[in-house]
Amino acid sequence: MDYIKPTRMDRIVLGITYTLLFLGVLMIVGPLIYVVVASFMEPTALLNKGISFDVADYNLEGYKLILSDDNILRGFLNALLYSSVFTVITVTVCVFAGYPLSLDAFIGRKMIMTLFIITMFFGGGLIPTYLVVKQLGMLDTIWALVIPGAVSVWNIILARTFFRSLPKELNEAAKIDGGSDIMIFFRIVLPLSKPIVFVLALYAFVGHWNDFFQSLIYLDSQDKYPLQLVLRRILILNKVDPNIIASVKEQAELARLSELMKYAAIVISSIPLLVMYPFFQKYFEKGVMVGSLK
Amino acid sequence: MGNLRYIKTNYWLYLLVLPSIVLTIVFKYFPMYGVLIAFKDYSYRKGILGSEWVGFHHFERFLNSPNFEQLFFNTLKLNIFGLLLGFPVPIILALMLNQVRKAAMKKNIQLFLYAPNFVSVVVVVGMLFVLLSPIGPINKLVMAFGGMPISFMSEPEYFRTVYILSGIWQGAGWASIIYVAALANVDPELHNAATLDGASLLQRIWYIDIPTIKPVIAIVLILAAGSIMGGGGDKALLMWNEMNMETSDIISTYVYRVGFQQANYSFSAAVDLFNTIINLIMLITVNSIVKRVNEGNGIV
Repeated sequence: MDYIKPTRMDRIVLGITYTLLFLGVLMIVGPLIYVVVASFMEPTALLNKGISFDVADYNLEGYKLILSDDNILRGFLNALLYSSVFTVITVTVCVFAGYPLSLDAFIGRKMIMTLFIITMFFGGGLIPTYLVVKQLGMLDTIWALVIPGAVSVWNIILARTFFRSLPKELNEAAKIDGGSDIMIFFRIVLPLSKPIVFVLALYAFVGHWNDFFQSLIYLDSQDKYPLQLVLRRILILNKVDPNIIASVKEQAELARLSELMKYAAIVISSIPLLVMYPFFQKYFEKGVMVGSLK
Repeated sequence: MGNLRYIKTNYWLYLLVLPSIVLTIVFKYFPMYGVLIAFKDYSYRKGILGSEWVGFHHFERFLNSPNFEQLFFNTLKLNIFGLLLGFPVPIILALMLNQVRKAAMKKNIQLFLYAPNFVSVVVVVGMLFVLLSPIGPINKLVMAFGGMPISFMSEPEYFRTVYILSGIWQGAGWASIIYVAALANVDPELHNAATLDGASLLQRIWYIDIPTIKPVIAIVLILAAGSIMGGGGDKALLMWNEMNMETSDIISTYVYRVGFQQANYSFSAAVDLFNTIINLIMLITVNSIVKRVNEGNGIV
């Protein structure tokens, strides 16, 4: 095609665009880098000098403290357990529901869809839901965290859309070869559905890993707390582990330790997601694309 | 009848949907029935059915309480300002990203822009506390320019600004994906033709790109309007404290406090229901307005 030389005005606009994008990236990365660097610094040095270039101001004390805090480790393992169980349940349930709802011949499709979609716009709210969970005896158990939210209408719609996009000939060919419908679903359709399963699992895991509200409502025992609730105590409620308090008498030293822990806690809690992040990227858009196709 | 035969031969399909239906009925429809407690004086011993009816008593109490006005307007202001400031950012971001021609560069920028979406609210609010503390880096900057340190997290006048700006930091990149995807549908020939006709870059964005993503903008707007009273309860709960409650106390934090800290289930459920109904009204209103403006394309 003909290449048209951009006008001076267009080049200025483009220049501004790139500058703004660059500033945007800087605004996102800046605080993150600050927290990471600060997590290796001595709080008094950080307080007096800010980010410094003197090697003497750096140490690993914050990380030692955090890693010796049993609550953090337990919270980490709890969160891993809750998020994994939740992911398996929600993906299974939603993919299973999505398949029949993707078939034109499935009788009752409209009715069932309506039943689901109503819940996207109207709900009983916090307290009535809590009372149901309480009535079922799920309070202070893992079930309260993995069962009530397992059905996601949005995920069912995503799965249904994906199944619709699979070629129909596949089904017919398998039938001619004598496969029963249920065999076709498990042997042919599901293996082809890895992308959608992966996308749903990714979102479910990340969402659950980052959530603190469900556990705040439903859990009582501290030893069942997932990471986010432990972090809430350290970062927001400013409460240091009683074991450390017992050994430290002075207020100033306590304040120093609590400052030390904060930055390291932020960094450590983000590690699992940061490690997975680059591998996720190609799935982000896939997920949104599938969703936006309707 | 053919229907029955279909169900009989394909019963396994129904078995597949069954778990979802059961869970939805138990955890979504039972609570809708449980909303009745908003009109009753709920006691756990008597159960939902056994508790006494009090009609609109809890609603009246809420509407007449001295807190009401503050809660209502705090909620409304936080979400409306949030929408006004936050809604255009992802659109602008997507339009700008669309100008980045080098695929690899675009991917890398996006990688950074999406990152905050994966940081938990607890960590984001934790970061706000350390970064905005009176001795934190932002205040160092303030002092470097000769200002006095500000305790951003405990002064009511900064709550909204901090809440909304950090919200944009968290979500704008991620929210832009859907527009980026929609912009990918623009036919490049249109741009070529327009350029040949002498259209400037800004003109092409205005007359080609924006109209293409208009339907997506409409849908996102409707959905956002439907949560105008509800958005962000989790984060507000984390940022809430006795000192900033003049502006940080919103209906969802109030529902939590009354319900769980005071175990006042009926009153809390009534406040929550009030909120839900306003959201529903907003959704329907905005939907009908958008339908009129957007050639009949709404969501409901």
